[in-house]
Amino acid sequence: MTDVTEYEPVIGLEIHVQLKTRTKMFCGCDLSFGDPPNTHTCPVCLGLPGALPVVNARAVDFAIMIGLALESEITPRSIFHRKNYFYPDSPKGYQISQYDVPICRGGRLGDVRIHRVHLEEDAAKLVHVGESGRIHGSDRSVVDFNRCGTPLVEIVSEPDLHSPQQAHEWLTLLRVTLRQLGVSDVNMDEGSLRCDANVSVRPAGGTELGTKTELKNMNSFRFLERGVHAEITRQTDLLRSGQPVVQETLHFDPGSGRLTSLRSKEEAHDYRYFPEPDLVPLLVTDAMLSAARDDVPELPAARADRFEAAFGLHPDRARDLAFRADQADYYEQALAAAADGRALAVEIANWIPHLVERIGSDADPAASRVTPEALAGLAAMVAAREVSRDAAREVLTTLVADGGDPRAIVERDGLGALSGDDGDGLAAIVDAAIAADPDAAAKIRGGNMKAIGPLVGYVMRETKGRADGGEVTRLIRERLAQG
Amino acid sequence: MLDRAQVLHVARLARLELDDDDVERMTAELSHVLDHVDRIRELDLDGVEPTSHAVDLAGVMRPDEPVPCLSREAALAQAPEPVDGGFGVPSPGPSGE
Amino acid sequence: MASDRPGSNRLAAAAEPVVTELIELNAAEAAAKLRAREIDPGELFDAYRERAAADELNAFTWVAPARPEPGLVGPLGGIPLAVKDLFCTEGVPSQSGSRILEGYRPPYTATVVSALRRAGAPLLGKTNQDEFAMGSSNENSGFGPVFNPWDRSRVPGGSSGGSAAAVAGGLAPWAIGTDTGGSIRQPAALCGIVGVKPTYGACSRYGMIAFASSLDQAGPLARDVTDAALLLSHMVGHDQLDSTSVAFPGRIELPTAQDLKGIRLGVPEDLVAGTDGETGIEPGVRESFEATLRLAEGLGATVSPCRLPHAPHALSAYYLIAPAEASANLARFDGVRYGLRVAGDADLETMYSRTRAAGFGPEVKRRIMLGTYALSSGYYDAYYGAAQKVRTKIADDFRAAFTEFDFIVTPTSPWTAFELGAKTADPLAMYLNDFCTVPMSLAGIPAVSMPSGLSGGLPVGFQLAGPAFSESRLLDTAYALEQAIGFDGRAARA
Ligand SMILES: [Mg+2]
Ligand SMILES: [Zn+2]
Repeated sequence: MTDVTEYEPVIGLEIHVQLKTRTKMFCGCDLSFGDPPNTHTCPVCLGLPGALPVVNARAVDFAIMIGLALESEITPRSIFHRKNYFYPDSPKGYQISQYDVPICRGGRLGDVRIHRVHLEEDAAKLVHVGESGRIHGSDRSVVDFNRCGTPLVEIVSEPDLHSPQQAHEWLTLLRVTLRQLGVSDVNMDEGSLRCDANVSVRPAGGTELGTKTELKNMNSFRFLERGVHAEITRQTDLLRSGQPVVQETLHFDPGSGRLTSLRSKEEAHDYRYFPEPDLVPLLVTDAMLSAARDDVPELPAARADRFEAAFGLHPDRARDLAFRADQADYYEQALAAAADGRALAVEIANWIPHLVERIGSDADPAASRVTPEALAGLAAMVAAREVSRDAAREVLTTLVADGGDPRAIVERDGLGALSGDDGDGLAAIVDAAIAADPDAAAKIRGGNMKAIGPLVGYVMRETKGRADGGEVTRLIRERLAQG
Repeated sequence: MLDRAQVLHVARLARLELDDDDVERMTAELSHVLDHVDRIRELDLDGVEPTSHAVDLAGVMRPDEPVPCLSREAALAQAPEPVDGGFGVPSPGPSGE
Repeated sequence: MASDRPGSNRLAAAAEPVVTELIELNAAEAAAKLRAREIDPGELFDAYRERAAADELNAFTWVAPARPEPGLVGPLGGIPLAVKDLFCTEGVPSQSGSRILEGYRPPYTATVVSALRRAGAPLLGKTNQDEFAMGSSNENSGFGPVFNPWDRSRVPGGSSGGSAAAVAGGLAPWAIGTDTGGSIRQPAALCGIVGVKPTYGACSRYGMIAFASSLDQAGPLARDVTDAALLLSHMVGHDQLDSTSVAFPGRIELPTAQDLKGIRLGVPEDLVAGTDGETGIEPGVRESFEATLRLAEGLGATVSPCRLPHAPHALSAYYLIAPAEASANLARFDGVRYGLRVAGDADLETMYSRTRAAGFGPEVKRRIMLGTYALSSGYYDAYYGAAQKVRTKIADDFRAAFTEFDFIVTPTSPWTAFELGAKTADPLAMYLNDFCTVPMSLAGIPAVSMPSGLSGGLPVGFQLAGPAFSESRLLDTAYALEQAIGFDGRAARA
């Protein structure tokens, strides 16, 4: 018997975000990345006897900003707990985290609800070194406490995601939102953004949740998508063959594409949470709230909506721009520099991807040699048909390499658009194109407008792209109608 | 009252190796103490707020300003197994937390 | 002056009477003489250092090898200080009485010890204690028991037993200890000295190797009330490294009261009533307690019974809360970064479990087990959660009592110093030592233990407790009583 039930996946994400404070969550050690091991430690983050934690005020401010950005309810008085577990990355034998009274509750980002946001401290880094340690015949690891105590915010979504792609897209939205807030580097490669996924499947259209598994630490967007996909397939196969899904924690190996169980059942954890007696309740005052409100900038989703509504950008273009704060900022500077920014809004937006293509997608356009004024000027010339699109691309290449003023470059390099009044000899080139391809000319006369392509191509080649495609088409039709 | 299995479970959580004698003694002693502390169950504690601190303090924070760290030598000075500038340990299985 | 004489055997030979004179000075007197340059700080230090080094009480786990560098200034003028082992002292063994920390030398110093050094009290030595401050007899030390200077077959109390014995025995002019459920007051009582558990938050806990974070408080152990007040006045203060520390309102004044006119003392019948039952107060202790109440009345105080209805449950709440917090506080002793490691070539979990099994003593293991259990899934509400509610009720009881009384008084310990080994077989019997001291710990309020006399040649302790931050008034009251009692502790220093 084959089970033909359609299953739908239900996915929730748990995201750990390292905050971009100067110092650690509970001690004054400065944060570091890539420094020699154990050079950023103190009695507190090494868990030395007698050391005590003190909350970093800036980490709290960042958590409030995140809560505001995610439309969460900010808890006026939240509590730190101890989460007890033994592991070499946990110097105190417990992690200071928040439990039943987190700093933020509820909220929403895009079409996904937020369950909670809480503050905690990061663990140390454990590096496997094999048998090279002092003790022979035994497998060793080395602990580096530089990362230990880095402020973390854990964001837990509701299980509102229903495909790996949607999970990917939503995590992207979250990442650009956090980046816009300036609270984190949100870099998955460097571990400042880490994602676990809770995955279950249920009969399509059902309301009850199936047994979920937890996929740990998928360290890139691609792995997240692949891991979740693999787990959905695995669970669906299990259910189709009449086997139950077991609640467990899984590790996705991107090399093999396989999922392996991290813990056996009998090792079920008992974290023995209790209120951290070394810390007092965390207060969010009205002053802290209003300061955080002032610090929250316009967020990517809202910016995309504004670009669409106010400037008439295509939704995809608006989103692409708004999700890259540096590009969006540059775009708005170019608009401001243009004589009539509103009228040029779409044209300027169209030129950003060309610029990005030339400077590299990770580069900030503001750091390039192309000033926003220059880009706006170039777009204005294109709109006024003073330069063809092809020629304008060439001008942009020059601008990226050398900077300067687009109009000067056009004049210097003779790239101005050719006009059909034949001061530039464009009409003569059109005539030559018609003469060179009488078949095409006949077809066009017969009403087959598709045949115009080769004639336009001829003209563009001959003019090295300086002619305007629309103008050339107009001229060809005009000449053929006359003749 | 505690039984042997509970004692073993708690010892595992606490990472304490107990031999058979320990388990037997611990079972008896802990049960005896628990018999005594169980008396608090006689109290009517409904609606009573728990107190986790005797001081009425809240909102204690420090500015996000760095202070000097320990030198690596100082950090590792007491380590049972210093290796490559770090603390050597037997390799654990994957993920603790 | 003695310092003119050359030769390193000066103290051992010629200066014997001088040494005796020096160690008979109370700290406040010595401080005055040091300021007046009537005595030399180096000589004073050496007088105690030689006695501490010749310690037959096992009160010290480490003694300073030499005088401190000259030039130490501050109001305390160079009076040496004995420090309980669990205070971290940079480069000096700080083991909290545990084999798991044997030889551990921290890279930093506890705030309270630094503050006292700045005030002019150099480190004389580290004192023995019950392992991780868990005990009431000092028999739980990983470094052997401490003997009571009044009778060396008896315990000094605990957990600050080394500090109490050192002060009572004249091996140190004064000492600091910590009190979680009675660990300063009870050994002070059993050794015939003054001990103060300050208001929770008054003294920084930074650098104190934690037992139970929400209860631990540092405090002074001294020969008399004035010395205790003087030492405490330099210990209190806000520390930004301890989130639970509080700026002490006002100053700790040196006591001056000559009478107790208008002072209302409450005797909680819930703690003090009845001589029978498991918590029964020894007849000799009761006699001394009653006699002290009559003295207080003679000085003008009123004495009446009061109620602390939940106080009898304090011990139960305490023996859930303290072990629960301890179970987490002691998780860091795992053989990774410092301290003992056993079975380093086994798998990780075996290394952890054997290290901790080998490094912790039986009482510590018991409490870790008890605390782990009280926090474990399914038991939290019934144990830890309930205990935190009892704590609320006890604090409420005290608040109510302090609307009618200035201070609550009880015997500090139901018993005088007991024979070594007398209570080691029954953990619960040992815990009952703390019956009268844990309620104040749970409420976070200050309490003083002072000697009220002898019973069978052994000191009896009298406890006074007041509202939060009432230390100055509390010590003033104790001082007036002290003058009337006229306790003589010289026998223990002989
Ligand atoms: Mg977390
Ligand atoms: Zn640190």
